[in-house]
Amino acid sequence: MRRAFKDTIPVMTGYIVLGIGYGILMSAKGYSALWALAAGIIIYSGTMQFVAIDLFSGAPLGTVALTSLMVSARHLFYGVSMVERYKKIRGLKKLYMIYALTDETYSLVCESDDEDYCFWVSLLDHLYWIIGGVLGGLLGQIIPFDSRGIDFALTALFVTICVEQWLNTENHTPALIGICSSVLCLLVFGANNFLIPSMILITVFLFILRKKMEQNYNV
Amino acid sequence: MFDVHAGYIILISGAITVGLRFLPFIAFGHKTPKFILYLGRVLPYAVMTMLAVYCLREVSFFKGSHGIPEAAACIVVVILHVWRRNTILSIISGTLLYMFLVQAVFY
Repeated sequence: MRRAFKDTIPVMTGYIVLGIGYGILMSAKGYSALWALAAGIIIYSGTMQFVAIDLFSGAPLGTVALTSLMVSARHLFYGVSMVERYKKIRGLKKLYMIYALTDETYSLVCESDDEDYCFWVSLLDHLYWIIGGVLGGLLGQIIPFDSRGIDFALTALFVTICVEQWLNTENHTPALIGICSSVLCLLVFGANNFLIPSMILITVFLFILRKKMEQNYNV
Repeated sequence: MFDVHAGYIILISGAITVGLRFLPFIAFGHKTPKFILYLGRVLPYAVMTMLAVYCLREVSFFKGSHGIPEAAACIVVVILHVWRRNTILSIISGTLLYMFLVQAVFY
């Protein structure tokens, strides 16, 4: 648990700040801290929750469903990566850990085989997010200091993990496939629509290069 | 007044998001195909670079600050991390630099 706490400190910074931002935005739109709390528990996906605020002003429920599918499709990848690693975990604990598999939690648990560690990372990250949302909802418009740019903590977390993974492996092909596919799709499809094409392209490349990687790197 | 429409939106987007997290475990949980096992080993590397790009998706080189704060902060994070291999140090330094740049230089 101590290691989980230490590793989740960057997530804590990012989640509490983003959570506060979310709570403030919700209260500005007329939804109290209770709404922020409910959304944090039921949706528990930062991106999806921010997108949902835009939908509150009367979007048809079909649009809501389609938008949710587009925005959250990347979670399929997390499940696919963790199926084997979470296999031994049983019962409610496993259900909770799958439910709580966000971008940031995934970024930490995909590096580990330790069940307890993964569980604590999942739980701590979830608590940070909820605390942030409720705090923001209660604070309303009062912000203690100029926090512009602090959300870069999450970007920095992902970049750090990319570097760490790069230094820890001989096989750089998957990382290169990931960055090339997503940059290409970002340029072609734009910021709001590039994730699903990127996921498809990544899967296609990984499929084509499978034999080669299994021979050369024993992955 | 209770906003029923917003309630439905939270329930629907929540169900779909969480459903997508569960789907692979339901589909491949009992007997995992070889290709999925292979994906489980190589995807984390591809996904992390995709997520980094995802975080930077709004950056434009032609508007506003031309992506200079993002580029500078990312370069600092990469160099510091290769040099010291200290996650917290890399993240805090990059974030502080970024905050300084967007608040005091490119505002």
